[in-house]
Amino acid sequence: MDFKFTEDEEVFRREVRQWLEQEIPQRWIELAPGIWEETEESWALAREFQRKLSQKGWLAPSYPKEYGGLELSHMKRLILAEELAYSRAPLSIEVEVTVNWVAPSIMLFGTEKQKKDYVSSIAKGDIIFCLGYSEPNAGSDLASLQTRAVEVGDEYVINGQKTWCSYGHLADYCWLAARTDPDASKHEGISIFIVDMKTPGITIRPLINILDRHSFNEVFFDDVHIPKENLVGQKNKGWYQLMIALDFERSSIGYAAANQRIIEELIKYAKETTRNGEPLANDPLIRNELAQLAVENEVARMMAYRIAWMFSKGLHPSYESSMSMVFISEVMRHTANAGVRILGHYGELDRDSKWAVMNARIMRMCLSSLSIGVGGGSNEIQRNIIAMRGLGLPRK
Amino acid sequence: MDLGLSEEQAMLKELARDFLQKECPKRLVRQLDESDEGYSSELWHKMAELGWMGLVFPEKYGGSERNFLDLTILLEEMGYNIVPGPFFSAVVLGGLTILTAGSEEQKIEFLPKIASGEMILSLALTEPTASYDAASVKTKAIARNGEYVIKGTKLFVLNANVADYILCVARTKETKNPEDGITIFLVDAKSPGVKCTLLKTLARDKQCEVVFDNVTVSEKSIVGERDKGWPIVKDVLQKATVAKCAEMVGGAQAALDMAVNYAKERVQFGRPIGSFQAIQHYCANMATDVSGSRFITYKAAWKVSEGLPLALDIAIAKAWTSEAYGRVTLSAHQIFGAIGFTMDHDIHLYYRQAKAAEIIFGDADFQRAIIARELGL
Repeated sequence: MDFKFTEDEEVFRREVRQWLEQEIPQRWIELAPGIWEETEESWALAREFQRKLSQKGWLAPSYPKEYGGLELSHMKRLILAEELAYSRAPLSIEVEVTVNWVAPSIMLFGTEKQKKDYVSSIAKGDIIFCLGYSEPNAGSDLASLQTRAVEVGDEYVINGQKTWCSYGHLADYCWLAARTDPDASKHEGISIFIVDMKTPGITIRPLINILDRHSFNEVFFDDVHIPKENLVGQKNKGWYQLMIALDFERSSIGYAAANQRIIEELIKYAKETTRNGEPLANDPLIRNELAQLAVENEVARMMAYRIAWMFSKGLHPSYESSMSMVFISEVMRHTANAGVRILGHYGELDRDSKWAVMNARIMRMCLSSLSIGVGGGSNEIQRNIIAMRGLGLPRK
Repeated sequence: MDLGLSEEQAMLKELARDFLQKECPKRLVRQLDESDEGYSSELWHKMAELGWMGLVFPEKYGGSERNFLDLTILLEEMGYNIVPGPFFSAVVLGGLTILTAGSEEQKIEFLPKIASGEMILSLALTEPTASYDAASVKTKAIARNGEYVIKGTKLFVLNANVADYILCVARTKETKNPEDGITIFLVDAKSPGVKCTLLKTLARDKQCEVVFDNVTVSEKSIVGERDKGWPIVKDVLQKATVAKCAEMVGGAQAALDMAVNYAKERVQFGRPIGSFQAIQHYCANMATDVSGSRFITYKAAWKVSEGLPLALDIAIAKAWTSEAYGRVTLSAHQIFGAIGFTMDHDIHLYYRQAKAAEIIFGDADFQRAIIARELGL
C-alpha cells in the first residue's frame, strides 16, 4: 500500500498547475460560470480553451497516439482531472460526455471509418456531442425509451422525442439511443446512432434550468434521415454498449477537487469575517461544520482515487463508481447547505449584487448541486447498482 | 499509488480470518464478555504463537519486524471477528509506548515478554474528567529519596484487571503549560496501593477504575524522560486511534456482511427482504460507509508507517470511521428487526463495540476540533 504519487507524477502535477495558471482566460474568471451556468460567451471561451488543452494532448490524454492522445497513465489522468477541476478550468459537462463516453465507445464498438471520422476530431476539441438518452417517459427506466429508428434503404429514419439534452443547442452531434426492434424485450431492441444536429427534421426547444440558464433541451426528431453507416456497433445491442460506456472513467475526482476549493474558500471566509464582534472561525458550531466538510471531502477523494487505482490495475470498477458518485453528490449538497449557514444572509445573494461574497458560488451551488445525484443515474438507481451488483442482493 | 494489500498482507489477513473463525467463535466471545477476566489464556497463547503480539517489534525483541500497516490489517480482522481480550492494551498502548520511548533496558525486559504473550500491559491515562487532554492528568507522582510516590485515580483504564504492568501517566511538575511536567511510569500491577475495580460497561469490555494510593515506584520505571511524557502519550494515542479505526473497519464489514446475508435469506411477502429497495438502500449506504472508512483508515495507517505528518489524517479517519461504524451497526439492527434485539443474536455485539470505539481516544466532535485547528481555523 502506498498513498503517494511518484516524483514523475508530482512533476506532472506542477506542470499542469503552472500551465493552467497561465492559460485560463481572464474573462472566464470574471464570468466564473459554475456547472450548468454556461452562456454563449462562456461556451465560446470554453471551446477555445479546449482546443488549447488538446494541443497539449490533455483534452483526451488517455487516447491512443494515433488519435491524438498521449496514452497517459491512469494516475496522471487522475492528477490532470483533479487540477483542471480545482483550477476551475473552462470545461463544460459535454466535454466530459464527448471525450469520456462517446469517443471511447466509438473506439470500442465503432467501425474504422467512424473512428477516423470522429475520434481525432474529438481529441482536438473540434466536435462536441450531446446525449440523446432520456425521454419524457424514460428517465431512470431508460430502457423503456420509445424513439424509433427504422431502416429504410441505406438510411435510418428517426422519429421521437428526447429530453434533458444538455447543450443540444450548441453541440455538433447527438449520441442517440433509439429503438430498432419494437417487438423485442425492452433491453434487446435498442441501437446507438451518431446524428448530425444540423440534419433536417430536428427541432430544439430550450428547457430553462433552475439557475435560469439554457443548458437543457427537448429535441424532436420528425422523419430525420441519417445514413446507415451512422449506426454504432451492433444493431439491437445498443443497451449493452450503453451500459459498458456508463462505467468509463467515472471516478468523480473532478467533483471532489472542485468541492475542495469551495471548502477552502469557506474556511478563508470564516477566518476573515467577524460576526457579533467575534471572528466566525471562533464559533464552535462553524468550526465543527467546516471540519466535517473536510472529513467528508477527504473520504470522497479517497473513493475517487480508488477508482483510478482500480483502472490502473486493469480492474473494472462498476458499483465502486456508483458509491463514489452517490457519496460526492451528498457531500456537495452538504457543502452548499453548510455554506449558506456559514454565510447567513450573504449566502442568499446572487452574483450581480455588490454585496455578494465568494462570487455567489454558494448560492449558485445550492441550486446546481441538486443536479448531482439526479443526472447520469439518480442516487437511488446508483444505490440499486451497489446493492445488486456490489452486494449481490436479489432483484426479486 | 497503490491502494491494494501486498501479498504478505493479504496472507496475514486470510490467516487471521480463518484462525479467528475457528478459534474465537461467537460462543467464546459471549462467554468472555460475561466473564471478569475478559480473555481466554488458551486463545491468547495461540495468538502469541502466531507472532501477533510481536508483529511490529524488532526481531531482537522477539518480534517479526512487520510495519504498522500490517498491524492494522491484523486489527481489522480482529475487529471483524471481535476478539475479546487485552491485545490492544498490551500491544498497541503498552508495546508501542515502550518501543518508541522506552530505554534499551526496558525494551529488553518487556518487549519479548509481550511478544510471547507472557506479559500484559495496560495504559492508565484518563481520569474522572474522561478526557484525552494533558490538563486532565491530575494524578501526582512526587519524588522522594530517589523514588516516586503516585497518588490519584485513573478511570476507563482498559484491561487493567488482568495487566501485569500498568503504564501510569502522572504529573510530576505543575507549570502553566499542562503538557509540560507529565511523566509515564511502568507500575507493577501488584504493587501495594494499586487498587483495580472493574466497571460494568455497554460493550462489556474490561474498563477499570484504578486507584493509585501512594504507590511507590523507582526512578528506573520512568518511560522516556521525566516531565517530558506528554509527547510520548500523544504519539501513542495517534497510533492507537488509527489502530482503533482499523478494528472499526473490520467490525463494520462484519455487520454489513451479516445484514446482507440475512437480507438474502429472510423471506417476507413471498420474497427475500433484500429484494426490497428500502433494504437494498440501507445496504448500499452501509457498503459505502465501510468502503469510505477503509480507505481513509488505510491512508492514515500508511502515514504512520511512513513517519509522515499525520495529525489531520488521523483525526479525519477517526471522525469519519467512528460515526460510520455507528451508522452501519444501527442499519444492521434495523434489517435484523426483532431478532437483533435478543441476547442470543450476534449483531448487538457489534453495536456495542461501535459505541465503545466511538468514544475511546476522542469521539467525532473531539476529532473535528483537532481538524478545525489543523485547517487553520
